[in-house]
Amino acid sequence: MTTPSGTGPAAQPDRTSVDTPAEKPSGTTTDATPQGGAHAGDVARPEQALHHPSSPVPTTGLERTGMFGAHGSGDTSGYGLLISEPYTPAPAERPYGGWFDEVADALLAAMHERSIPPLALLQTTVANGEITFYIHRDFLTVMLWAIRDDESLRFELASSISGVDYGEGVPKRLHVVYELTSMTYRRRIRLEVAVDVDDAHVPSAVAVYPTADWHEREIWDMFGIVFSGHPGLTRILMPDDWLGHPQRKDYPLGGIPVEYKGAEIAAPDQRRSYS
Amino acid sequence: MTQDQARFAEDFLPPDEQDTATMRRARATDTTEGRMFTVTGGDWEDLLADNEFEHDERIIINMGPQHPSTHGVLRLILELEGETVVQARSVIGYLHTGIEKSCEYRTWTQGVTFVTRADYLSPAFNEAVYCMAVEKLLAIEVPERAQVIRVLLMELTRITSHLVALATGGMELGALTGMTAGFREREEGLHLMEFLTGLRMNMAFIRPGGVAQDLPENATERIAAFIKIMEERLPEYDKLLTGQPIWKARTVGVGLLPLEGCMQLGITGPILRSAGLPWDLRKTMPYCGYETYDFEVPTLTEGDCYARFLLRLAEIHESLKIMKQCNERLRQPGPVMVGDPKIGWPAQLSIGSDGMGNSLEYIRKIMGQSMESLIHHFKLVTEGFHVPAGQAYVGIENPRGELGCHVVSGGGTRPWRVHLRDPGFVNLQAMPAMSEGSMIADVVAAVASIDPVMGGVDR
Repeated sequence: MTTPSGTGPAAQPDRTSVDTPAEKPSGTTTDATPQGGAHAGDVARPEQALHHPSSPVPTTGLERTGMFGAHGSGDTSGYGLLISEPYTPAPAERPYGGWFDEVADALLAAMHERSIPPLALLQTTVANGEITFYIHRDFLTVMLWAIRDDESLRFELASSISGVDYGEGVPKRLHVVYELTSMTYRRRIRLEVAVDVDDAHVPSAVAVYPTADWHEREIWDMFGIVFSGHPGLTRILMPDDWLGHPQRKDYPLGGIPVEYKGAEIAAPDQRRSYS
Repeated sequence: MTQDQARFAEDFLPPDEQDTATMRRARATDTTEGRMFTVTGGDWEDLLADNEFEHDERIIINMGPQHPSTHGVLRLILELEGETVVQARSVIGYLHTGIEKSCEYRTWTQGVTFVTRADYLSPAFNEAVYCMAVEKLLAIEVPERAQVIRVLLMELTRITSHLVALATGGMELGALTGMTAGFREREEGLHLMEFLTGLRMNMAFIRPGGVAQDLPENATERIAAFIKIMEERLPEYDKLLTGQPIWKARTVGVGLLPLEGCMQLGITGPILRSAGLPWDLRKTMPYCGYETYDFEVPTLTEGDCYARFLLRLAEIHESLKIMKQCNERLRQPGPVMVGDPKIGWPAQLSIGSDGMGNSLEYIRKIMGQSMESLIHHFKLVTEGFHVPAGQAYVGIENPRGELGCHVVSGGGTRPWRVHLRDPGFVNLQAMPAMSEGSMIADVVAAVASIDPVMGGVDR
């Protein structure tokens, strides 16, 4: 019935038949209401996040079934009915630990100073020794100015900006991830903005960090996210006249079956997958 | 063809002879962007002899993607006034191979084999940064000895990569002896790499959880011999290039990028350090135990191509210092892969009568003694291990600057997303700032000092 999340886009349209809620029109970023850490207990539970149209940070990933990962073969073990819920980054509880509290406090103070409403910061997550701030799209640029210029923050270097597609059926499936480095304090933080695939617009960071230029062109090229305000948003890795955005999950990997000693080995995205 | 349209002598030839002649001649075609001249296979003489040719000094030249002095398949679009570059833009993507997407269809361990091919001059760094990101998600600590081997391989790779930067940079500026010398020393480094890991490049030797296997016997002797050779030969580079008037004339004050420009453009690595900021992640945000090694971060303030050349040379000396310390630490035996049998690759390779393969003891164990070991081997090799859902970013200092890896896991046995922040990709954005307003020959020096590796830039 279900297809494994990594089997490949060719098989993925089936995903819509699984009872993951489809993207709701009301799920666009502009409709997101301020939640912050106040909603901590609720958002931590994935099903709540899924069914909550205004949940600040939607699930990142698809549910997975079975225990051994193999699909498409007769399973008489009963483990195939196991369902692992999709992952949702949980909001962190104070104290975050280490210098995370210092940065979070400084960020809140800087937001207050610049009259940025608290709803700009949707959620704070601490995982794997890294702190992630989920930012409301409309306030991204002002937040970046504050994060770069505030004396107690000073994240001067935009180390990396990358896109992530969490796959069909996931609300706000396209994410832009900013890895920022403070050379003054030797710290790293991550900002994340999630948008709907039908409304894939994110304000450009080029005015704040000129280095974002090529990063954003690459994300436009690979994920089809439009960075409004970018000085020249053209394709960078693919040819100018290319159709589609290759790193979207619904874009096929391609490849041809290979014959080896009489047997045929399917293309990588058509092989049996275990995940 | 009417007389009015005829522009070249060939146009007056009989039609059957025209075709072969047209293939050789230089051509002018009218496009929406203005008149375009193609001299491939022809001669400028043809164009200049033409009365209609306007002697316009402002021309746009496509340098690359197949051009010996653009460092691989990099295409530069230069707008020239005479010999002065008014505007410069780079076009990349000619070596895009979809490494990031391909990783999503293989297991976490197989991903190493893909990322190592991104920046093909610094494979050990690509492997290390990817594995460190995966290990961050797995929340595992790599054994001490594996860390030392990783540092050793990374510093050896830094030396070989800097040698190529000096060699190709020298070649592009006409110092051909620099090229032969650089590649000669790099060959020593690659021989050592082959002895240590089995392959010269793209070794896929560093794996999530440690390294593929322990170093061979006599490794410390071979490493010591390499360090000795390098220390003998490195002064030759000073004799050959450092004080040489032509080399200095081509590089001093050329390709300037001051510190504020570097900061704005997100430049890291030798270019940033040549402008005066001693920012090296090995010192500023240590990883792999770099804080326990004794080495310096060479820094200069001139911010030109010559300073970058001097820094690369100085960094080779520092890398040799680190390699010496690694060699000392390698005398301590220990495991090179995490003990967790659910993650660590089970087999150890050995040389048998029919070549390299799983060791006989291991085969005896899984085939004859332990059913569980066989199951573990089968599951790990075919299915791979699960990585908890979440995301991680790791940045390390590769020869060109900050190499970052952002991995996202959905909880399965394959990466959901792998992104490499390649310093070449980011640093190449500085090409216009370094070369606009300078002579066309200085563009070549500027690009050589950025040292982009297109495999990493285009991924």
